[in-house]
Amino acid sequence: MNEKKEEKKASIKISPKLLELVRKFQEVELEDVDIEIGDLEIWLPPAVAVPPPPEVVAPPPPKVKPTTIVEEDFIPPIEEYPGSVLEVKLGATKGEGGSRRKTFMIGGATSPAFYMFERPPPHPPVVTLDVFDMKVSLPKAIRMHVQDVMEDTAAWAKLAVDKFGAEMVTVHLVSTDPLIKDTSPADASKTIEEVLQAVDVPLIVGGCGDPKKDVAVFKKVSEVAQGERVVLSSLTLDMAEAGLLDDVAKVAKNDGHIALAFTALDLNQAKELNRRLYEFLPKDRILMDLTTAALGYGLEYSFTIHERARIAALMGDQELQHPVLSGTTNSWAAREAWLKMGPEWEPRELRGPIWETVTALVLLLAGVDLFMMMHPAAVRTMKEVVKQLMSAGKARPEKIAEWVTVKI
Amino acid sequence: MTEREIKKGIKELSPIDVYMLLPRTNCKECGEANCMAFAAKVVNREISVEQCPPILEKEHEEAYGKLREMLAPAVKEIIIGTGNHAAKVGGKLVMYRHEFTYHNPTPIAIEVTDEMPEDELLDKARKAEGFSYNYIGREVNLDMVAIRSTSNDPTTFKSAVEKVAKATELPLILCSFSPNVMEAGLVAIKDRNPLIYAATKNNWRDMAELALMYNCPLTVFAPNNLKLLKSLAKTMIEYGVEDLVLDPGTFADEGLSDTINNFTMVRRNACRKGDKLLSFPIIGTPITAWIGEEAPKDMLAWKEAYVASMLMSRYADILIMHSLDGWVQLPTVIWRFNIYTDPRKPVAVESGLRIFGEPDENSPLLLTTNYALTYFTVESDIKSAKLNCYLLVVDTEGISVESAVAGRYLTAEKTADAIKESEIEQKVKHRHLIIPGMAARLSGEIEDLSGWRVLVGPRDSSGIPKFLSEKWPPKEE
Repeated sequence: MNEKKEEKKASIKISPKLLELVRKFQEVELEDVDIEIGDLEIWLPPAVAVPPPPEVVAPPPPKVKPTTIVEEDFIPPIEEYPGSVLEVKLGATKGEGGSRRKTFMIGGATSPAFYMFERPPPHPPVVTLDVFDMKVSLPKAIRMHVQDVMEDTAAWAKLAVDKFGAEMVTVHLVSTDPLIKDTSPADASKTIEEVLQAVDVPLIVGGCGDPKKDVAVFKKVSEVAQGERVVLSSLTLDMAEAGLLDDVAKVAKNDGHIALAFTALDLNQAKELNRRLYEFLPKDRILMDLTTAALGYGLEYSFTIHERARIAALMGDQELQHPVLSGTTNSWAAREAWLKMGPEWEPRELRGPIWETVTALVLLLAGVDLFMMMHPAAVRTMKEVVKQLMSAGKARPEKIAEWVTVKI
Repeated sequence: MTEREIKKGIKELSPIDVYMLLPRTNCKECGEANCMAFAAKVVNREISVEQCPPILEKEHEEAYGKLREMLAPAVKEIIIGTGNHAAKVGGKLVMYRHEFTYHNPTPIAIEVTDEMPEDELLDKARKAEGFSYNYIGREVNLDMVAIRSTSNDPTTFKSAVEKVAKATELPLILCSFSPNVMEAGLVAIKDRNPLIYAATKNNWRDMAELALMYNCPLTVFAPNNLKLLKSLAKTMIEYGVEDLVLDPGTFADEGLSDTINNFTMVRRNACRKGDKLLSFPIIGTPITAWIGEEAPKDMLAWKEAYVASMLMSRYADILIMHSLDGWVQLPTVIWRFNIYTDPRKPVAVESGLRIFGEPDENSPLLLTTNYALTYFTVESDIKSAKLNCYLLVVDTEGISVESAVAGRYLTAEKTADAIKESEIEQKVKHRHLIIPGMAARLSGEIEDLSGWRVLVGPRDSSGIPKFLSEKWPPKEE
């Protein structure tokens, strides 16, 4: 009963606009979100990096204090890099052999993320929303919005595009899991066909995580989606170990699709998997998923590995010059995103989506090109921030010049 | 160091470089086995060179000077406040976290104004000081109070500063562009070493005088104008003010791009170009999300929250924030905790048997992995529920439960071995092991190999207390 009171109090504080997005989410249960922290390998530098010369800033006591501002020039610190990130095209139009009306080019970075003073990124990052091929257990925050379509994947995809601003849609074929429904590859590809007809945006096709089954499903899906340049999520070293990778990579190549190469926070493995894929796929048909851990549950490892990968790519490491995807939805694996925690941390209706938002934005600054997301408020913020970051030169100093005295 | 090396930017420093400047007597006064071991620790920033007593003596003066120069961070370290609560700000050695480690976690200052009613003012200051969250076994807090003079009246400001200073020991930031107002505040807390916010192109002379007179660090503020920021820094230094903090301006919506870029350019100039005028801590003010926007409060707090985390990811060394709401500060303080961890440290805890409370021969045995985040989460759930139980921490090479099961780091063999090694069989009479819900698929194999009955526990450890109250002791079969 106490809790009811708080909910009430909270809802008074929340604006109608935001509340609209998060309303009624009193409980978040999440059982299908994975947090994958694989081998965490920490690189020890051979020796320690130190900054440039220690500047002793204090000059000897000035003989004469300046009476006017001592003018100094500022030169933007522009650097050159030998490498750049590849461009990868997602989705294909009719003229290109598919049936999408919208397609996206991602990647192409020639500087670290949003170094607008150096070289702006040629393409803004893209947001794809998750839908599932069966009724799954979702955080209530999401469930409220998709309740009516949870048993109709195509309708779900359409809702994501029409209502939540999805630029792309990811269809997770979780029902194909042998431990869940063991849906056949033929039935799974029928779902994909339906989604392809329901929406005109590029698709990502997600498997169930069982290497053997995923390969069987991807092969069939690849065939029915021939020419559509869908992203197969994901191809893994486990598939390689099972001797199945070559097979699925070949099919992806022949049918004109993109491979998402998934590894668990390990750049050496990412490179190894890419090398295996190069035998079958052109380089501009590979994306990397380096693993996204939730804020509070290893996000710093994801952040740092993305920064390292991007810098390595710019410095010329050709095996890492692929655009990267983040499974930002993993942020809901953090208990702080959904747990009831006591009045001082409420409302959860905001705490949950801000968790996803912060996870996304931190990785945006580390160089991620494509985001798998869930919560409408987080998606909206993400798209807004991308727009802001892409438009340099909009700061108006007068707006904040007197912030110290402004009444809030 | 030569100009050429400055251009080169980051250089590799080896223990030998440090060793060559040490007395090399292996006197062990520092507590290390020899000078080389000491040098290695110095290079790793595990120990400061001042912990070598002989180097501080007159005869080693020159070598000590060289060492200090060699080891100085790219961003100057500034102290704000005094005593136990004094905060070190800046002191960054590297631009990117993976290059070494970020030092001095970004203090978060909570803002109050001199026109707040006294009870609100004191309440907010105390709440800022009292903010606490237990994150994987560590307490995370807020760090400072920033007092703004919205009244622009010296007497009002002085009175508010006095009250806040009495109410909290946290370091303070005094915010006013009026030198008269600022001085009134400084007089009130002469001995607290507050940060002065700020010198601008209009008031810099008076602010510089105040910084010298009261011997306080000084912020220079030049919104979206790095040329002016640098010129002001230069002017302040020539004036004799040594401890500066830089504010290139925080624009929370339009101009966010420029904000992120200005912060990045300042830090890159400090770390890569050896630009001494920009080698100072940067202050970010997510509070500006609240300025000039007609929007509902929670929308502004939402913006403030994500801007704070973005700025911390892009080099902010201090933040001033308006909202004290838990949902705003929680992601902020946790992200800060995260990026300031040492990327070289393993994320594993020691494996083996842990004992909680006062378990007896009928108490439950739980199992988890040795991934630090997993372990601390489980530990904190057990402790806060005051459970009496045993927890078997299996060595999964620092991998979380679900990944460890998938990657075969957590197996029935390892579990059976861990049970045996822990000697738990001599501690409890029962043979029931509770495994995490995420490891459910190992149940059968564990039972076969260990001879223990397996109970599948909750998927999230927050469910442990409820699980035990319902399922423990297990029913006879």
